[in-house]
Amino acid sequence: MLKQLIAVISMSLQTVPQRLGASSVIVIGIAGVVAVLVSVLAMGAGFQHTLADSGRDDRVIILRGGSDAELNSNLTRTDIDTIGNAPGLAKDADGKALLSSELVTVVNVPKSDTGTDANVTMRGVGLKLAEVRPELKIVSGKMFRPAVRELIAGVGAAKLFRGLTVGSVLRLRNSDWTVTGIFSSNGDVHESELLADVDTVGSSIERTGYSSAVGLLTSAAAFTAFKDSLTSDPQLKVDVVREREYYAKQSAGLTKTINIVGTTVAVIMAIGAMFGALNTMYSAVAARGLEIATLRAIGFGAFPVLFGVMIESLLLSLLGGVIGASLAWLFFNGHTVSTLGAAFAQVVFQLTVTQALIITGIIWACIIGLLGGFFPALRAARLPVAEALRAG
Amino acid sequence: MKYFPLIWATLWRKKTRTLFTLLSIVIAFLLFGMLETVDYAFSHPSTGTSGADKLISTNKYSITLPLPFADLQEIRSVPGVTDATWLTWLGAYYQESKNFVFALPIDTESYFNVHKDEFIVSDEQMKNYRSTRSGALVNVALMKKFGWKVGEKLPVHSTIWTQKSGSLDWTFDIVGTFDVRDSTQANAQAYTVFFHYDLFDEGRSFGKGTVGWVEERIDNPANAGAIAGKIDALFANSPNETKTQPANDFAMTFVKQIGDIGFVLRAILGAVFFTLLFLTGNTMMQSVRERIPELAVLKTLGFTDGKVLALVIAESLLLCLFAAVIGLGLSYATLPIIGQALQGVQLDPVALIPGLGAAVLLALIVGFPPALRAMRLNIVDALSGMH
Repeated sequence: MLKQLIAVISMSLQTVPQRLGASSVIVIGIAGVVAVLVSVLAMGAGFQHTLADSGRDDRVIILRGGSDAELNSNLTRTDIDTIGNAPGLAKDADGKALLSSELVTVVNVPKSDTGTDANVTMRGVGLKLAEVRPELKIVSGKMFRPAVRELIAGVGAAKLFRGLTVGSVLRLRNSDWTVTGIFSSNGDVHESELLADVDTVGSSIERTGYSSAVGLLTSAAAFTAFKDSLTSDPQLKVDVVREREYYAKQSAGLTKTINIVGTTVAVIMAIGAMFGALNTMYSAVAARGLEIATLRAIGFGAFPVLFGVMIESLLLSLLGGVIGASLAWLFFNGHTVSTLGAAFAQVVFQLTVTQALIITGIIWACIIGLLGGFFPALRAARLPVAEALRAG
Repeated sequence: MKYFPLIWATLWRKKTRTLFTLLSIVIAFLLFGMLETVDYAFSHPSTGTSGADKLISTNKYSITLPLPFADLQEIRSVPGVTDATWLTWLGAYYQESKNFVFALPIDTESYFNVHKDEFIVSDEQMKNYRSTRSGALVNVALMKKFGWKVGEKLPVHSTIWTQKSGSLDWTFDIVGTFDVRDSTQANAQAYTVFFHYDLFDEGRSFGKGTVGWVEERIDNPANAGAIAGKIDALFANSPNETKTQPANDFAMTFVKQIGDIGFVLRAILGAVFFTLLFLTGNTMMQSVRERIPELAVLKTLGFTDGKVLALVIAESLLLCLFAAVIGLGLSYATLPIIGQALQGVQLDPVALIPGLGAAVLLALIVGFPPALRAMRLNIVDALSGMH
């Protein structure tokens, strides 16, 4: 049985080169499906990755109650003072709470490829920035100075938006701002932003007060006590959210949409590719009718014949799947794009072809190949031997 | 036309093969139709207002920053501006944050003058609205969605604007409903609730005397650029410079910010058609190869080279067009589902038409090599099996 199987498989594979045109239909068809599937899902994975990486469990965001997003929120200086005294916040050497009072606004900056205005987040940050966000590193230039109109731009923003190089001047509302540095931040969402001193931003947009406060806790476990102390304060009406949850929530909608769209398109394409595979394998079986009948006549069983055709189809699909996934990886892995995020501002992210996506793509390829090979294989196994021999 | 039965018969010479090829092409054009209509919808965004005679002025450096109310008189004095109205983004939802409601504070006179004849409101309900300070006019579709009734109170939660009491909740009295006259703009207005700007401005605890944006109606859309330039020039070098653009362009800036949707869709279609070329091309090649003796007989019977070429091309055209029409028809049937999945994007079937052109192109590309082969066939060699 095994011997027969090996013989049949090696025979069908040896004849593949003679049917190169037809065989390439399977390979190319499936490569197309897998390339599209993996590329589109890589977009969702990259977006999710960027927002999921934007949080730490021991960091919290405090917003005005009922605001939903930083952009809508408003906290007074008194609120910030109260929050700074809450238990659970980490302290610096001088005993000051590691809390950054922040002011978020959206500014128009043209995209470098199209030149059309895009909403970019400009985030005023407090003096404790470095301690609250230790992952933030200046990669070129230097940090902005407080009280002057200087800002630093995230690497993602610098890549996709115009005029964000060290030394360049950005015109914002009623004022000119100098870009003093470019920063990286672990690939998180802040790399899409512009950071500057919070009070300087406030005076520029004539706004007193803050959008939010971001604090570092002594530990992730300190969250509940911290939150309870703030929410039970009758003077304060705030929402306290773990940073990771705040950003994960922002990625949920778009990631889901991308995944649904990508999978739907790929399912439809896969059906088309399956018809292609059916065609190829039916014609392969037809072309080898005499050969298959001869095998059956000299005592080969129906099962090895059936199996031989399926294996051929499977191997061709596998090849297509590998080519498709490789193309997606080659062309799109690390490709930087941006979109309008849930926070009403651009989120820069990289398409990420993960290992899991490659495996998913190859599994899809194998399923298409097996479905496309099954019915032709059944026909091969049921071939009436005498007739086929006579026809040959 | 008299050759149609011949072409039809040769097309179905190998039934399974033609059927599978046909189905593959159907699938490809189903995708083509779906993706093209979506692309078309995104490149022709619905603004919720009809006509090219509307301009929108926002803060030049950030749409989240307000403009001073005083700008309005100056804008109205610009020649060519028929009327101007002011609005602010409330950022509201009903009960849960997923129930977005586009509650829009409007100045009744100027808003319905700028958007003349765009909304249908009964005279009686309009009268009630004008005389009720806390009144609201709600889109009929939205009324139905949440089962609201005229006469009920409508509480919404603003994520931005606190009242003097510190509360973010705003309550209106539903005094009437409105419908949108231009059905192509209906989806863009599906979440709209109009209420009085006075109520909003007096009630809010901060930002008094500012407006979110200004909408203008102009007398001649051909002058849109010049009028927009004049409005922006009024406020140049002021703390609040403006950016004025046609309503369509304003909508486009948001669509463009989502990303290069067109590129993604075209890349997918590129992959689909590239694979389709191979599949259909292979089928056509095989089919001609198997029919060489038959083609030779045709030639012997006096069919010219040109005619044989035309026959094969016609066969390819028939296959591709037949499949494309089915595929595009299926995608037409899916449009309502896709529109719903995209939160009510209006899809225009006009975007399906280029699909027929694509089918012809595909047919010519895959039909030409085998047709050429058939044309060049030497009768003697072909009949003797020496091809």
